[in-house]
Amino acid sequence: MAKFEPVLMANMHKADSHTLKVYEAGGGYRGLRKALKEMTPDQVTETVKASGLRGRGGAGFPTGLKWTFLPKNHPGPIYMCINADESEPGTFNNRYLMELDPHQVIEGIILSCYATKAVTAYLYIRVEYPLSRRRLQSAIDECYAAGLLGKNILGTSFSLDIFIHVGAAAYICGEETGLIESLEGKRAWPRIKPPFPAIEGVFRKPTVVNNIETAACVTQIIDRGADWFKTIGVPADPKNPRDPGSYGPKLYCLSGHVNKPGCYEAPLGITCRELINEYGEGIWKGRKGKAAIPGGISMGLLTEAEFDTPLDFAGPGKVGCLGLGTAAVVVMDETVNMVDFLHNSCRFFAHESCGQCTPCREGTHWSLTMLERIKAGKGRLKDLDLLLEIGDSIGIIPGTTICGLSDGAAWPIKNAIRKFRGDFEEYIKRTNPNGYMVTEPVPALLQLGAH
Amino acid sequence: MSTVARVLTDEMIEAIKAYIPRYPSKQAVTLPALHIVNDRLRYVPLQAIVEIAEILELAPAQVQDTLSFYGYFKQDKPHGEIRAWVCRSVSCALRGADELLEHMCHKAGLKPGETSANGKLTIEFGECLGACEMAPCILEGEELVADVTHEKADALLAKYK
Repeated sequence: MAKFEPVLMANMHKADSHTLKVYEAGGGYRGLRKALKEMTPDQVTETVKASGLRGRGGAGFPTGLKWTFLPKNHPGPIYMCINADESEPGTFNNRYLMELDPHQVIEGIILSCYATKAVTAYLYIRVEYPLSRRRLQSAIDECYAAGLLGKNILGTSFSLDIFIHVGAAAYICGEETGLIESLEGKRAWPRIKPPFPAIEGVFRKPTVVNNIETAACVTQIIDRGADWFKTIGVPADPKNPRDPGSYGPKLYCLSGHVNKPGCYEAPLGITCRELINEYGEGIWKGRKGKAAIPGGISMGLLTEAEFDTPLDFAGPGKVGCLGLGTAAVVVMDETVNMVDFLHNSCRFFAHESCGQCTPCREGTHWSLTMLERIKAGKGRLKDLDLLLEIGDSIGIIPGTTICGLSDGAAWPIKNAIRKFRGDFEEYIKRTNPNGYMVTEPVPALLQLGAH
Repeated sequence: MSTVARVLTDEMIEAIKAYIPRYPSKQAVTLPALHIVNDRLRYVPLQAIVEIAEILELAPAQVQDTLSFYGYFKQDKPHGEIRAWVCRSVSCALRGADELLEHMCHKAGLKPGETSANGKLTIEFGECLGACEMAPCILEGEELVADVTHEKADALLAKYK
């Protein structure tokens, strides 16, 4: 494999990489200057569309296509929301971009707003990222002073304001319509779609919601061209006309039981095993791998035998995972008991379910209750079937909830129990030798019929 | 209502009003206003809700509804001078986060969410702090503490004794 030259992370090792001076010395804002002088907004959109860029926030929707859903010749205003509410367990690539190269992100935001004719961009950042927030704010201040933001950017008729909006520790704000509701000052309850944000988004106006890394990719595409972007990654499957391919570089987050956890840039399509061995320097303590999360906890689990799965948009789905997600790989070694993993996952989703849809609110909480019972040595084999019943019935995919949070809650349940059932059965039999075969409802469950 | 003492200072009111031109709706200033009050008082008492609502031309219930959705703002009493968020999500948990949180709570004699008697420290559990390569990690105020061992945690606690 030829050594891949980082692009999105190219600036990050430099001293003061977060300043305008260093960013411009490395060719920063060259793409923006070119675009404002030589390209129409539609040409910028077309370039991004031609590059095949897919959103880096988790869903992988083609970015250029998303922009074209905005109504034509709209009197405005059109809004841009930048999603920096990075809260998916295992994920920290946006933090790297915001802390170490905020101008690359801002250039992408300006270009995206120029393309979509957005007049205001709201950058929604989670409250747990104070350094990112300070770095972004000082970068934005530098841009205003240099005429890169504000009225008549670089002497053109294009004007733009970027405002940072700080969240308040709620995972659901990363869902794009949850983010919009939160930005409007309400509880972050996701909206039923359609209407999609492109038609009716924040403040009831057409809105685009894009991720931080997506913006950074836009910067590189406009500077280097769509053809360059397409030389990296995995081409679309010619046999599948609906496959948009997986083009471009990607920031992979690697954490858990590896020797060298970190954020690494690689072409889309690197396998999980390559990432662990070549970037993470292998599993720690000389142990063997047991499982890995392919792209944030919502995406489910790969078994060790599935580590050769390519981490592109299509790869993890082929082995029963939900998708590539945020490309955050969390590695578990052979000592991990999947009961502990699933308890952690269920606890997270029970805490973060927004409570709007009953299947998610109740499903996540009952799955946590059952995992707590199993961990306390009171598990029954029947519980595994009940957990799977929850896993199969909550989410957008079975059609019972408004947003995908509970698909993300369901996938770890389904993958953990279906791929590692032995772990659960062994644990339950060992810790509850007298009661593991009981199938009657436990007293707590009887109370469900109380009303 | 005039018998209740005003909670928001002139400075806070000015800071809140400065956000209004950024958005086409005043309601959008709800979260910034809650942060402004919380940054200064370390909690958002009910009276502050009433006063924020007045500035933003909302019903107090609307502001309270939003506040209660997020786990971030305390209402009964101020949190400590420093809030230490101990991450408990998967990457940190794989490297001992649950044990770390338990160790700290035991050592400090606090439950997550509680504040030390001297008012200096509140221990909180956090869901993924987005610093998984530094697991287990703690967000100590605005500073991230990486690769936290029990010894490092003890040193952190000692600062607020």
